[in-house]
Amino acid sequence: MKLVKAIIKPFKLDEVKEALTEIGIQGMTVTEVKGFGRQKGHKETYRGTEYQIDFVPKVKLELAIADSMEEKVIETLGKAAKTGSIGDGKIFISDLSTVVRIRTGETGEGVL
Amino acid sequence: MKHSTFSFMWLVVVILSLWCGPVTGWAQDGTPGAIDTGDTAWVLVSSAFVLCMTLPGLALFYGGLVRSKNVLGTLMHTAIILCMISIVWVLLGYSLAFGPDVGGIIGSLEFLGSLGVGQDAYPGTGIPHLAFMVFQLMFAAITVALITGSFAERMKFTALLLFAVLWSVLIYSPLAHWVWGGGWLAEMGALDFAGGAVVHISSGFAALVCALVLGQRKGYGVESMVPHNLPMTVLGTGLLWFGWFGFNAGSALGANGGAAAAFVATHIAACAGGISWMGAEWLRTGKPTMLGVASGIIAGLATITPGAGFVTPLPALVIGLVAGALCYAAVILKIRLGYDDSLDVVAIHGVGGFTGILATGLFASIGAQGLLYGNPGQFVIQFVLAVSTVVFVVVGTFVILKVVDLLVGLRVSSEDEETGLDLSQHSERAYT
Repeated sequence: MKLVKAIIKPFKLDEVKEALTEIGIQGMTVTEVKGFGRQKGHKETYRGTEYQIDFVPKVKLELAIADSMEEKVIETLGKAAKTGSIGDGKIFISDLSTVVRIRTGETGEGVL
Repeated sequence: MKHSTFSFMWLVVVILSLWCGPVTGWAQDGTPGAIDTGDTAWVLVSSAFVLCMTLPGLALFYGGLVRSKNVLGTLMHTAIILCMISIVWVLLGYSLAFGPDVGGIIGSLEFLGSLGVGQDAYPGTGIPHLAFMVFQLMFAAITVALITGSFAERMKFTALLLFAVLWSVLIYSPLAHWVWGGGWLAEMGALDFAGGAVVHISSGFAALVCALVLGQRKGYGVESMVPHNLPMTVLGTGLLWFGWFGFNAGSALGANGGAAAAFVATHIAACAGGISWMGAEWLRTGKPTMLGVASGIIAGLATITPGAGFVTPLPALVIGLVAGALCYAAVILKIRLGYDDSLDVVAIHGVGGFTGILATGLFASIGAQGLLYGNPGQFVIQFVLAVSTVVFVVVGTFVILKVVDLLVGLRVSSEDEETGLDLSQHSERAYT
């Protein structure tokens, strides 16, 4: 199993969710986060005082998937989240050793 | 026990009758004119308008500009000052400001406890003395509340309470007496229609001293101190603007042509101030901002205040345009100089009030003549008014701050400042 974490532009969330649902993903967790990468931040000015805002608002998606889904998820997610401009975000994939369904105590890929 | 209660009651009766004595005499000396119902209605409504400037207007204006951990502490400053200064005014402040003149310096204690301030017409007007007293009360309250913007986010609450009362009694009341209560500046012929000197120079320069004596907020220039809720500030701006019609047009003390002139000048200057500040920042930083327009509106309003009833629409437009850009420049200067007048009371009220007092000496044409209407002497008098207000307020505020610092300490602890005033001073949070 794999754990997919994706940092995307907030306004792309609905599009990404739709696309992932279409290829059979049944669940995900979403968090509003702030961060910076190469996009850096932006400037804000209040009565002449400039502030460099380094941390840009993003959305973090987390989903656990079966190994067989890895390529499809990367392709779908990447396509849906892409605008082509700087700041589109990143996808991180790592191995996932165990998943437990709390209600029943079941484990393994069947839980996903 | 019963006996001592009786003696106490007797003592109270004796003291009250002593107070009442001279007051009846005052009423008999001046023959009170007839009450005009239209004037009375307008001044009472105007008093409520000015209340609305303070709470919620100014409270929201300031509240939106601070960080979310200090918003209740900031609203609290304005709210409790309104409550306290109102009482101080009724008990003592009004008498010091508007009691019969003693040597051009101060009012006598004749109206102590507002005894003898009744329903008869206030001399020279068609409104009850009580209406005049309560209208002036609202001015006394907002003036002290304006200062709080300079020491926002770091003043100890006990220090605030003490400072507010001392400042109102020792600075505001004498100043109001000098300019409006028959004191030496009034005798000289100084023009201050609704408080360019009494309200705006005084709060603005008191704010400068407060910012310098208290020092910068912890983390100033390093941490982000971005306003936490600008829509709140814009809502406050609207309420201030609305209330300002009572402040300025109400200062005509009657429902008449003078009130209409002040009303129109006030509105024009507010609009011109908003446009001018926006233009100045657009040129300088490349973007027009909502906070800039809001700040410019208040700058225009503060600057037109002393001249509102003395100038025609076109000079009001000039005054508003100058106010917006000049007050913006004063904010930029503050940033360069590095003092932390947190919510820009100095730049908007101090600079605006000073400019407005001088502009009145240039443009006055209704009921008085300024320099441009052939009376250069008025400009000189206005200059004396502005400078003497600054000197009195700066020295007086400094002394009061030092006394308060000795008694209770001015600033919250460094740890409390990091936590925020809401939790550290009041044990509550605005947003849960």
